[in-house]
Amino acid sequence: MTLTRPVKWLFGAFMTLGLAFIYVPLAVVVLNSFNASTTFAWPPTQLTLRWWQAAFANEGVRTALWTSVQLAALATLVALVLGTLAAMALTRYDFFGRDVVSLLFVLPIALPGIVTGIALNNVFTSYLGGLTFATLVIGHATFCIVVVINNAAARLRRTAPSLEEASMDLGATRARTFRLVTLPALRSALFAGGLLAFGLSFDEIIVTTFTAGPGVQTLPLWIFQNLFRPNQAPIVNAVAAFLVLVSIVPIYLANRLSGGAALAAQR
Amino acid sequence: MVATSPAAPAPPGVPAPSPGPVRVAQTWLHRTVWARLAALLALPLTWLVLIYLVPLALLFVTALWSTDSFTGLVVRELTFENYRDIFTEPAFLLTVLRTVVVAATVTVLCALIALPMGFFMSRVASPRWRPLLLALVLTPLWAAYLVKVYAWRTILSPSGPAADVLGWFGLSAPGYGLGAVVLVLTYLWLPYMVLPVHTALSAMPESLVDAAADLGARPWRTFRDVMLPVIWPALVAGSIFTFSLSLGDYITVQLVGGTRQMLGNVVYQNFSVNLPFAAAMATLPVVVMVGYLLAVRRTGALENL
Amino acid sequence: MSRTRLLRMAALGSSVVLLAAACGGSDSGGTDETGAAGGDTPLGGEPYAGPVGDATGTLNVLAWPGYAEDGSTDPAVDWVTPFEEETGCEVNVKVFATSNEAVQLFQTGQYDVVSASGDASLRLVYGELVQPVDTDLVPNYADIFPELKDQPWNTVEGVNYGVPHGRGANLLLYTAAEYPEAPTSWADMWEADSPLVGKVSPYDDAIYIADAAVYLMATQPDLGIENPYSLDQEQFDAAIALLEQQKPLVSEYWGDVVKQGQGLANGTTLQSQGWQLTANLANAEGDVVGTTKPEEGATGWSDTWMIKKDTEVVDCAYKWLDHVVSPEVNAQIAEWFGEAPANQESCALTQNEDHCELFHAEETEYWDDVYYWTTPTEQCLDGRTDTTCVAYDEWVQAWSTLRSG
Repeated sequence: MTLTRPVKWLFGAFMTLGLAFIYVPLAVVVLNSFNASTTFAWPPTQLTLRWWQAAFANEGVRTALWTSVQLAALATLVALVLGTLAAMALTRYDFFGRDVVSLLFVLPIALPGIVTGIALNNVFTSYLGGLTFATLVIGHATFCIVVVINNAAARLRRTAPSLEEASMDLGATRARTFRLVTLPALRSALFAGGLLAFGLSFDEIIVTTFTAGPGVQTLPLWIFQNLFRPNQAPIVNAVAAFLVLVSIVPIYLANRLSGGAALAAQR
Repeated sequence: MVATSPAAPAPPGVPAPSPGPVRVAQTWLHRTVWARLAALLALPLTWLVLIYLVPLALLFVTALWSTDSFTGLVVRELTFENYRDIFTEPAFLLTVLRTVVVAATVTVLCALIALPMGFFMSRVASPRWRPLLLALVLTPLWAAYLVKVYAWRTILSPSGPAADVLGWFGLSAPGYGLGAVVLVLTYLWLPYMVLPVHTALSAMPESLVDAAADLGARPWRTFRDVMLPVIWPALVAGSIFTFSLSLGDYITVQLVGGTRQMLGNVVYQNFSVNLPFAAAMATLPVVVMVGYLLAVRRTGALENL
Repeated sequence: MSRTRLLRMAALGSSVVLLAAACGGSDSGGTDETGAAGGDTPLGGEPYAGPVGDATGTLNVLAWPGYAEDGSTDPAVDWVTPFEEETGCEVNVKVFATSNEAVQLFQTGQYDVVSASGDASLRLVYGELVQPVDTDLVPNYADIFPELKDQPWNTVEGVNYGVPHGRGANLLLYTAAEYPEAPTSWADMWEADSPLVGKVSPYDDAIYIADAAVYLMATQPDLGIENPYSLDQEQFDAAIALLEQQKPLVSEYWGDVVKQGQGLANGTTLQSQGWQLTANLANAEGDVVGTTKPEEGATGWSDTWMIKKDTEVVDCAYKWLDHVVSPEVNAQIAEWFGEAPANQESCALTQNEDHCELFHAEETEYWDDVYYWTTPTEQCLDGRTDTTCVAYDEWVQAWSTLRSG
């Protein structure tokens, strides 16, 4: 549709305001990472690079970062497997109770984190011995599944089953069909779903608080504990600023790759 | 579908080779729909039931137990006293109400902001810029939640930048409180609302809009009758996130809420001392969310998450 | 809704009820044992027989901030690494903000030792989460101030459950710029006509009700409160009423020292109740926060290091206890946190010679009006038998209600 120039400018202005709203607090974070005061005194009277230096040297950060990456990767992997299976079941088959099952899979992400957290904590500590890294992975994978399901299901709905049927008519087994026909079609959807799941798990704090064992420290947990400690808090800002800067590039690329394909499919 | 064995025609006079056991199994599997379905669903559904639904059910059961006041251990006898305590205490009811209102407000605000932004990002901006804009909007998801909230805490503090800026206009800063909570929560969950809207709008083919224009519709009419039905499920999908995340949040409230409390805080406060009471309190947002999910199922939002 | 949906829901509902009934019937909850009733075995089992041998393994320590510094806050402040080097035990430290959090974390069974304040220690004892401690196996115990030993919060039925850590009062913290002379009373934090509307920051925990009781002891003596943790219903209601009265004065309830320090430094808060630690940390950049103990008295704490029942690293645990109350380390902790040390020998070893004087470590009279955190129980702690007192779970419920309103 054709929009008049002023209307387009209006939208553009709104977008700019929106982006400003989004980035001002992040700018504060970046600024605070150079703030010499340890109690986030505002305005910053002195600037210093030592927090950035400390952040790079800090072993706690590196361990926590690595733990978070491992956790997110494992949770995403489990979610990808389970999510793809579930998505195929939900889209290619029509069965009694399909709606209910679909709803059930949404629950882990639709219910508040604190509910998931205390439910899992209750079971793990009272009946299953304790909290470990594994319990944490289990907790995270559970709410990541639905993200994968939705992306995979959306793609599966757009992909005609006839392709798969044709493949089987030609003699391929189901497994072969899946590998050679379905999976390539799903690939970018799984990538998008996986990326979103990874991001969700990486930044998750509430369920993590309730399901991580004592020696396990993910990045959000490290941040949580160190925002309590005055000499560490500015380092946290440096770490956060670093994460933001580092993540712009892959997000842009990922979107370029999957978005381009999606756009092409529309024409 | 009828294919059962390779289609190579048998040479005349030679009986066709009998299928091996693997083929037999595959054939059976192919014919028996429920077996295929079960094979697909077994793993994910078992995982979901064992790891999520059973603990959730246990939580509901725990809500019906109580705590021994001396030892602090859970007494496993059925009682409704937790629910009675919640529903007869005005402060708790007020907290629940306050939480729901905040969650709803946040949802509406997110929708109001996300809609124009999503529209711009998917239809108005030139295609060259679109991936970048999307990346810009999604990037904050990677800045840690806690850090963002602490940043807002600095901004909204009585001696912070917000107070300074408002001071130029002669206004005094509102400080910490429910308003600050709504503002920060809106900020935090905005990407979750923008993403589905953007996806829905960019998936809509240009031809549809052109057709509407060809039929004589002005832009607003096109928007209302063609785009809104597409955006609506996306908005609802985003609202599931914003509503649920706001319902259970306690960290933001602690940091910028001043003296105000929401439901999540009550649960967190009582979790270690009186688990049954905390569980009872926690069942309330579950009921609200399940109700909400059932209500929005029909809009097709659940597929857009 | 369809009949099949209804049937499914009914099935689900009835299975939940069955589950509840099954669990309810089979378990009595184990709540009616007290140490005395059963016989000789104290709560938590028998103490470790010893001797404390060569220790190895990982010791998970649950501590108040500032108690178990491992160099991550300030590289020069570290008494964990020397311990690891000396003993060969690896140490993981987890920090908590309130006693509630401490109990919740300790209940997971993932921690071996905990520095429990009096409002947590008894809950751990009666919940059978900690084991009795044989103080003969802790050589440095002998030098601890006598008035910290065998107290109601660390000793039950004559059995010791831990080793005293140190003690401190919950002081009145104030913004130094606003008060050139220290305030002498808590009045501005409580009175309805206080000028500090929206400028006060109390501790965000149910135990703060005792601070209201302490103020009532001075302002409403006819209530007859002797012990702020031993409140009958009337006294308790009066304390809650005082807290309701305080609400308009509150800017925010603090749960961590950074929030508190920030508030005092930037003027959001002008007066608060808390620990010397906050002031020490905030004053790293100049004297912005002052502390004082007002004339009405104050609540305080004397923490106890306790050992998890059935811990696998009991040798490490005992060595940790001995390490923390050793003269040098106890002096370091006392100075870093800002409290009176537990070990009498520590006073000679503090870097600041006046430390013990500043913290009244050797002044018994100073502690006369400091009421150490204790877990309120139904049986009145002040010895009254004609009435029952309000127990801790009701304190928490009342606090939750107060904060929700």
